[in-house]
Amino acid sequence: MATRIHVQTTLNGEAVEFLCDSRQSLLEVLRDDLGFTGTKEGCSNGNCGACSLQVDGVLVDSCLVLAAEVDGQAVNTIEGLASPAQLHPLQQKFLEHAALQCGICTPGFIMAAKALLEKNPKPTEHEVRYWLAGNLCRCTGYDKIVRAVLDAAETMEASA
Amino acid sequence: MQTFDYVAAQTVDEAVSLLASKGDQARVLAGGTDLIVQLREGRRQLETVVDVKKIPEANVLSYDAQNGLHLGAAVPCHRIYNDPVISKTYPGLMDAFTLIGGIQIQGRASVGGNLCNSSPAADSTPTLIAHRTMCVIAGPSGQREVAAEQFCTAPGRNVLENGEFLLSLRVPAPPKNFGAHYLRFIPRNEMDIAVVGVGSSLVLGDDNSTVTDARISLGAVAPTPLLAVEAAAALVGKPISDDTIAAAASAAAGIARPIDDMRGTIQQRIHLTGVLTRRTLQGALSRARGES
Amino acid sequence: MAEATAYQVIGTRPVRPDGADKVTGRAIYGADVRMAGMLHGKVLRSPHAHARIKSIDTSKAEALPGVKAVVTHKDLPEAPDKIANLGEGAVNLKFLSNNVLAQEKALYRGHAIAAVAAVNVHVAEEAVNLIEVEYDILPSVLTAPEAMEDGAPILHDGMTTTSLGEKTDRESNVASHYRFTLGDVAEGFKQADLIIEREFDTATVHQGYIEPHNATAMWNEEGHVTIWTSTQGAFVVQKQSSEVLGIPVSQVSVIPAEIGGGFGGKIPVYLEPVAALLSRKTGQAVKLVMSRTEEFESTGPTPGSRLNVKMGATKDGRVVAAEASLAFEAGAFPGSPVGPGGMCIFSPYSFPNMQVDGYDVVVNKPKTTAYRAPGATNAAFASETIMDEFAEQLGIDPLQLRVMNGAKEGDRRVDGPTHPRIGFLETVHAALEHEHYNTPLEGPNRGRGVASGFWFNVGLQSSVVINVNSDGTVSLVEGSTDIGGTRASIAMQAAEVLGIPYESVRPTVAGTDGVGYTDVTGGSRTTFATGYAAYEAANDVVRQMKERLAERWNAETEEGATALTAEDVTYSGGVFGCSKDAGKSVSFQEMAELMPRTGGPISGRATVQPRGVGGAFATHIVDVEVDPDTGKVSILRYTAVQDVGKAIHPSYVEGQIQGGVTQGVGWALNEAYLYREDGNMSNASFLDYRMPTCLDLPMIDTVLVEVPNPGHPFGVRGVGEVPIVPPPAAVANAIYRATGQRMTDLPMSPGYVLDKMQS
Ligand code: FES
Ligand code: FES
Repeated sequence: MATRIHVQTTLNGEAVEFLCDSRQSLLEVLRDDLGFTGTKEGCSNGNCGACSLQVDGVLVDSCLVLAAEVDGQAVNTIEGLASPAQLHPLQQKFLEHAALQCGICTPGFIMAAKALLEKNPKPTEHEVRYWLAGNLCRCTGYDKIVRAVLDAAETMEASA
Repeated sequence: MQTFDYVAAQTVDEAVSLLASKGDQARVLAGGTDLIVQLREGRRQLETVVDVKKIPEANVLSYDAQNGLHLGAAVPCHRIYNDPVISKTYPGLMDAFTLIGGIQIQGRASVGGNLCNSSPAADSTPTLIAHRTMCVIAGPSGQREVAAEQFCTAPGRNVLENGEFLLSLRVPAPPKNFGAHYLRFIPRNEMDIAVVGVGSSLVLGDDNSTVTDARISLGAVAPTPLLAVEAAAALVGKPISDDTIAAAASAAAGIARPIDDMRGTIQQRIHLTGVLTRRTLQGALSRARGES
Repeated sequence: MAEATAYQVIGTRPVRPDGADKVTGRAIYGADVRMAGMLHGKVLRSPHAHARIKSIDTSKAEALPGVKAVVTHKDLPEAPDKIANLGEGAVNLKFLSNNVLAQEKALYRGHAIAAVAAVNVHVAEEAVNLIEVEYDILPSVLTAPEAMEDGAPILHDGMTTTSLGEKTDRESNVASHYRFTLGDVAEGFKQADLIIEREFDTATVHQGYIEPHNATAMWNEEGHVTIWTSTQGAFVVQKQSSEVLGIPVSQVSVIPAEIGGGFGGKIPVYLEPVAALLSRKTGQAVKLVMSRTEEFESTGPTPGSRLNVKMGATKDGRVVAAEASLAFEAGAFPGSPVGPGGMCIFSPYSFPNMQVDGYDVVVNKPKTTAYRAPGATNAAFASETIMDEFAEQLGIDPLQLRVMNGAKEGDRRVDGPTHPRIGFLETVHAALEHEHYNTPLEGPNRGRGVASGFWFNVGLQSSVVINVNSDGTVSLVEGSTDIGGTRASIAMQAAEVLGIPYESVRPTVAGTDGVGYTDVTGGSRTTFATGYAAYEAANDVVRQMKERLAERWNAETEEGATALTAEDVTYSGGVFGCSKDAGKSVSFQEMAELMPRTGGPISGRATVQPRGVGGAFATHIVDVEVDPDTGKVSILRYTAVQDVGKAIHPSYVEGQIQGGVTQGVGWALNEAYLYREDGNMSNASFLDYRMPTCLDLPMIDTVLVEVPNPGHPFGVRGVGEVPIVPPPAAVANAIYRATGQRMTDLPMSPGYVLDKMQS
């Protein structure tokens, strides 16, 4: 077996070090080794977006990132989104709009929507749909998810 | 997944010597959106994976009106289309770069990687060909350049020799009255592999009508992306019209030699080649005329 | 219709109790379960669609460092060839056991052959690849019509057809044949002026839940097995696992984790008994999680089908005869939902003469299982297309045709039952009046289609316990795993009865050790039946409180006064009073505080098996545009009208409808199992099994029609399944209006539509 790789990263703002196998994905290390199971696995093939998170601010599918690649980079997951006292507006709006049914896709959608609103704080419905097309949801028909994101954008704009 | 050695190469030389010493047991990792899937599914087994994202030359992204676009092979799609000057200058490239996978994939996938994966259905290849792109290859005996239409040699195969890797791409600056457009056909609106993809470019004369240059490239209708010379010939030297576009479209359909597979049938693909050639030429035309 | 009751909680849209944990990533789904020393497993699966297993050599796998155990079918006890009811209908135990780990034959690509437990998934995967299996490859058969032919490869030696309830001695892939009859179809066709007969084919489709199957098991030193899993029913997993493992149910505890979608696909056991076996061999907890490829190849999709339907109508639009022959692929083992398909196909209507024949046919594909209104969508695609042809050919508005033939209370279904109070016609009228239907659809290549659908819904068994806390809140324990907000809809029904705020009810989903028997979350039964149990348990709390107050007030009154009974205690708006003494008043919260001084804790409990199930009807309107050059269909607008009985939490009712519509649209347009010549699936990934993305759909309008179900105290009808029934037919009818071509196959993918247009 190849020697284990030492990786230094920043996870949700905290310095974190770990040892990994070359073949381990970032998703696997987060979930199985570091215990950050909020990022979900739906396909491990880059086709469902359940494992969405940000690496150095860029939205990626963590099943398609080798853990070894994030050495020196900042990783942000769903676990880092809410502040202790308050949910992020996207989280709040997902709840208010009933934008989750089973909820397995929800962390991925919220992380994807967060990246969208950072880039485009006032998206149109079409822009939201285009941006979120890499995230599959099988329960909701997307209607309430799109509404939640649009509403969160408005709320965040108003309080910005 | 099998285990392998992961090496983040820091220089071109380091990557070249690793690749040269490992032969086909080593492979370059850029965005990983193809390679990691292949490794996970056991479709590819490697001893060494050479990450080239830390090599400065593979990360260049620059444009000037003289030299055109210099695009490092490891630059992910999102960096390209988020560059306001480049995305405005090359809308025909952006057509493809904004529809490879979803946003998450575009956060990682590189255009160079898309080319090196050498799938006949790769979205970026036809439009690179339509833009007269040159591929800069680094190897044990220095650098060489190959035209994009000559890069792929068979499904999953290309001109890269032992020890070589794709370093960057050079896309000429668009001449006056240039327009390009890429379209693919997929059953959904996103997240699919092209059933057929067509990239077209046109240069119009000063009359804004006579075609002085045309390039039409077809994806997913042959073992490699095709440069449809016959289709371009139907346009060059003539004033552009629905008739010449139709002639080009049927010439393109005529050279398509697709296969039947789960994504489409031979007949459907030939038909779509004509449809998309027509539509991309119309799109390229309106861009050449500055209408969109 | 009864006058609308003013509710305090029901009909509002509160945030679900498990919401915060699910939007922060904190909620524990099955694959998130972690235990000290936990091993990871992987299953070896057949690469062949049909093969006899000659030998399995596990020695190399066992020798690989890091491997802790390997199991095969030999590790399972011999399963009896007998039918048992295991909570999802009748199951042959031998078939169940053979599906978990193949015995003599691999019957489909992906059939489980052996499994490994190792220190991590990568080692387990390497070990799986070291297991050597010798196969005798047999010819395979993949569709019902082919499997029914004489000379087709036989899957199960010695399996004979049961026809109309009688055993025949014909060895065949047709496991059973049934017939439903009402009236006399031959007579009916004689009265018809217009007869339309068509053959339809639908492809195998998958539920496509995003969370793969998973199971973690610990078999302890005392022989007790604990299983953590994402399932639609913990008690079903308990029963099925105990049968497969040959141990009593009392030795199996199932702890349901949060579940990432099921739609019927997370009822059967696949991994649970295997994880248990591996744990028994290793003495450690073992976790198994499927890959997406395994999901497609090795879990139960819903059947592909061949449908022959013939219907006759009079000139004035009265359908006088309807006949259907339905052949459903069961997959590798008998048990397709062809029965439900036959129960639903004509049930929105009161046709006087009907006959349905159903055939359950085994083929070399994974054993099919339930998928949202199982069978009904396939069936409605055929019947609702012909209804549209009648409308068109007779010059009648398609919704008016449905009004003319629509079923009402008292009408018989072809399978026997008589409709109770139902709201089918109300859905059609609401559609007729809807702005969508009354706005002309303009533009070339566009068309509007409508279709209706029926699903009968089920009741089954549920248990609820409500414990009163000293501060006037309650905790509610139920056994229905929450796939789409049912904690909220159940808690709301309890809160309504208890007269306390929704926030004062804390619902918990318990496992098999924590709550009374509860059937699966399925059949659209949870808000209906578990909600019913919550209603009863809440009433039990109120009853106990009334008794205590009567006693307490009696102790306070002077001698000689007539003693109060519980009947004299009133309860409304959260306050107890006395019908004989207006001065007396105790709030729910005060009563809760009084518990220690009035007899101790109060727990309300209820176990129910409600009979008054209310069937669900839906009528959908869809506008499409068809690209004439490519055959690609775009959904421009969608409106779904549904009789929901009473919407407890309207947002989650709308969500069920929107989700069902989206799955139905996927089924209509692109979803299909595609096979290569050798019987192997070629598109076992989310890339090529094309489920709709959010770019493929518009917003989905919903209209909630409320015709209360008399069989439920709040009028609830199940809502989750029927919305998937109309979409394929509605989309097909819209494509017809856009192109002039009738669609007879699903999916109506671009290539198929283009072929039709060019034919
Ligand atoms: S798990 Fe990463 S995209 Fe599906
Ligand atoms: S809520 Fe279940 S997959 Fe989206």
